[in-house]
Amino acid sequence: MTDISTTSRRSFMKLAATAGGGLMLGFSWTSTLASTAMEVLTDTQLASGNINFNSYLSISPDNIITILSPNPELGQNIKTSFPMIVAEELDADWTKVKVVQAALDTNKFERQVTGGSGAVPHSWERLRKAGATARHMLMEAAAKRWKVSVDTVSTENGMVLHKASNRKLSYGELATEASKVAVPTEVKLKDQKDFKLIGKAIRNVDNYEMITGKPLYGLDVYKEGMLYAVIQRPKAFGMKLKSVDAAAAKAVPGVVDVVTFKNNVAVVGTSTWQVNKARKALKVEYEAEGTLESSADHDRIFKELLAGKEATERRKDGDVDTAFKNAAKVITAEYQCPFLSHSPMEPMNFFADVRPDGVELIGPIQTPERARGDVAKLLNIAPEKITLELTRLGGGFGRRLYGDYVLEAAELSSIIKKPIKLIWTREDDMTGGTYRPAVRYRFEAALDKKGNMIGYKLRGAGINSGNPTREDNFPSGAVENLLIESVEHKSPITTGAWRAPITNFLAFAEQAFLDEVAQAAKKDPIQFRLELLDKAKTAPVGAIKYDLDRMKGVITLAAEKANWGKKKGVSQGFSVYFSHRSYVAQVADVVMKDGKPTIDRIHAAVDCGIVVNLSGAYQQVRGGVIDGLGHAMYSNLTFKAGAAEQSNFNNYRLIRMKEVPEVDVHFINNGIDPTGLGEPALPPTGGAVANALFKATGKRLRNQPFINQPELKNV
Amino acid sequence: MAKYKLQINGRAYEADVEPDTPLLWVLRDNLGLVGTKYGCGIAQCGACTVHVNGNPMRSCVYPVSAAANATITTIEGLETNGKLHAVQQAWDKVDVAQCGYCQAGQIMTATAFLSKNPNPTEAEIETAMNGNICRCGTYHRIREAVALAATKLN
Ligand code: FES
Ligand code: FES
Repeated sequence: MTDISTTSRRSFMKLAATAGGGLMLGFSWTSTLASTAMEVLTDTQLASGNINFNSYLSISPDNIITILSPNPELGQNIKTSFPMIVAEELDADWTKVKVVQAALDTNKFERQVTGGSGAVPHSWERLRKAGATARHMLMEAAAKRWKVSVDTVSTENGMVLHKASNRKLSYGELATEASKVAVPTEVKLKDQKDFKLIGKAIRNVDNYEMITGKPLYGLDVYKEGMLYAVIQRPKAFGMKLKSVDAAAAKAVPGVVDVVTFKNNVAVVGTSTWQVNKARKALKVEYEAEGTLESSADHDRIFKELLAGKEATERRKDGDVDTAFKNAAKVITAEYQCPFLSHSPMEPMNFFADVRPDGVELIGPIQTPERARGDVAKLLNIAPEKITLELTRLGGGFGRRLYGDYVLEAAELSSIIKKPIKLIWTREDDMTGGTYRPAVRYRFEAALDKKGNMIGYKLRGAGINSGNPTREDNFPSGAVENLLIESVEHKSPITTGAWRAPITNFLAFAEQAFLDEVAQAAKKDPIQFRLELLDKAKTAPVGAIKYDLDRMKGVITLAAEKANWGKKKGVSQGFSVYFSHRSYVAQVADVVMKDGKPTIDRIHAAVDCGIVVNLSGAYQQVRGGVIDGLGHAMYSNLTFKAGAAEQSNFNNYRLIRMKEVPEVDVHFINNGIDPTGLGEPALPPTGGAVANALFKATGKRLRNQPFINQPELKNV
Repeated sequence: MAKYKLQINGRAYEADVEPDTPLLWVLRDNLGLVGTKYGCGIAQCGACTVHVNGNPMRSCVYPVSAAANATITTIEGLETNGKLHAVQQAWDKVDVAQCGYCQAGQIMTATAFLSKNPNPTEAEIETAMNGNICRCGTYHRIREAVALAATKLN
């Protein structure tokens, strides 16, 4: 049984209360929970707390349908899209659907779910079944009341109909009777062509709260008696705390305490401003405990790693040595991407209240279960004694997969024995690590006389990057002789997953390199890729872990929508990438404005399977493209003696409105179950843009951010 | 510490804080008006935008001592008698928000801008909104919503 703690059980009931009858169906939202069964939840069962579900669907006699959303919402539209799937199969009237999430300060409900871009594919079946099950039970109830066969009744917009006798009843009227119907184990799901809600643009269910400034986020949490805390951490990676003189800081009005733990000096007080002021008055000394790396060191390290003999072989097909020896032409190029900060608009923060009788944690985290477990270990208490309440996340981009700030908050509260809200300043966030790793790639391609790619080599070298290649992605499978290797430098600079991990920089490098190869082969870049896909289809080499037809589908659609190669005065660049289960092709249009190349438009063709919410999906793609473009163009995090040289948006540039081109989005409609959309639109953008800028200027952009490259000077 | 009387959203408030405390933190920590967001603290992102005497102001760098005699409006005060401001309505209609964190600041910038320039061109909208960062990249919809709100206000 999934563990739902005592307080949560109470809240589940409170949330679930259907005063005066109705139907409540418990089900599990994602596959992280083992049970796929559904059950009618009864009062006795709710009272006993024997609940095996993390979500429910309830229909009240007054015709309100409530769906509980247990997922962390970080802007990926889960809280709207998932209930849409339930409501579709239920044939519900969407205007009568309420989506509930444990609200700040009022309810607590344990959610075992991590969320992220894989969420839709994992939950699709379950959500559909939940809706279909309830619909079936309502139909049974109506059939019984009318004394007709269930096969003769149908549903429409929140009503059960018996067309033959022109009778109808609302779901609310039937809900109590439906709760007595046996839960069917098998239900028929809708034919996709009958979808009424899925595929429509439905507005975010939290719009009102967001546009009126309601407290939704971790930073908005307030509890009686709570203190504010900031932490001074080592100023550089590779340093540790040596000594603290907190006398001046403690004298600042509003400061309650200054405490030291691990390498942290925490200032606790009655307001954010005063603790930040006090923090500036701290006299802290640090000493080196590891190497203090600078970006110049990384440059040298990259050179050594790419030239070195040592590397981990990731994939090998055929005989690359012979292929390159026999090649009519060899193309070699290196590509590099810098460290990046996630910089979600809401900086890291967490509320913690560690008391002898239990621990209360509240805040934004994508991995609540892991965070709770880690806090339990840290404080040496049973996880059941810890409640963790999720708030809406002011962006994540991967940063909030890591619970370091939750642990800090818990440890601090346990030391000072008071409830605290820990706040990371923007500077803490940007200089505090968990970065997208810096990576350099060396690509080599061998062409025969006819311009066929007969050999392909890639070595990826990264700083704390793990394997920075995706060895089974395109063009693997389409090249007879192929070698993919990786090599890593271990650094004190901390790194982590960043939206579309690995592919967010690999896709740029690979797609820009393939453009160079196509040019050397004197082939149209799109034609060149299509030939490779045909080759993989007719004579596959080794394992192919992407769907050739789906990739071809987005390539063809992007080319058509962008009017590829037929636009006068427009330089176009192409890119296509499979990542995180979905396929996206992009064409960037560059035009000359006042003698300067300007990105005018990006066309995106997307195959993410069935689009659930067109509004959310459209924004996921546009947001992904903007994210890919902005970071390829502008963002850069460099190091000097172990410390990040950028600390806030004045010296770390994020894309702004004026720099955003038009983005056209086209979805492939192939009826495949949803494959996710939070990440896949981002990876192809850098390549499409670099390739278009090459067309416009004749200069290859091989390093990000583009804005810093000499190739873009004087153009 | 010193006592400051503040006029916010048509109500009188009082806060006992240091004179250099930015209005942002007075709103958030002292008055519980947490709709105004912290994003950078150095006037770079616009998340903290409020209206001071009708003008958009970065509250993260605006000391409370300067706000004492001013009329202040925050995101919580835009709705009047349960009716959303035309800009908020447009934000809903266009379905702008993704994570939503920047949107209070975007809306406050847009409302102040449209009150001075009710009939803006696309380029004027972009200039007005360029100081507000949206990390989720909802820029197209922000532009669209400002344009829509302008048609409604006219
Ligand atoms: S928080 Fe004030 S401009 Fe960013
Ligand atoms: S909606 Fe997330 S930062 Fe703008």
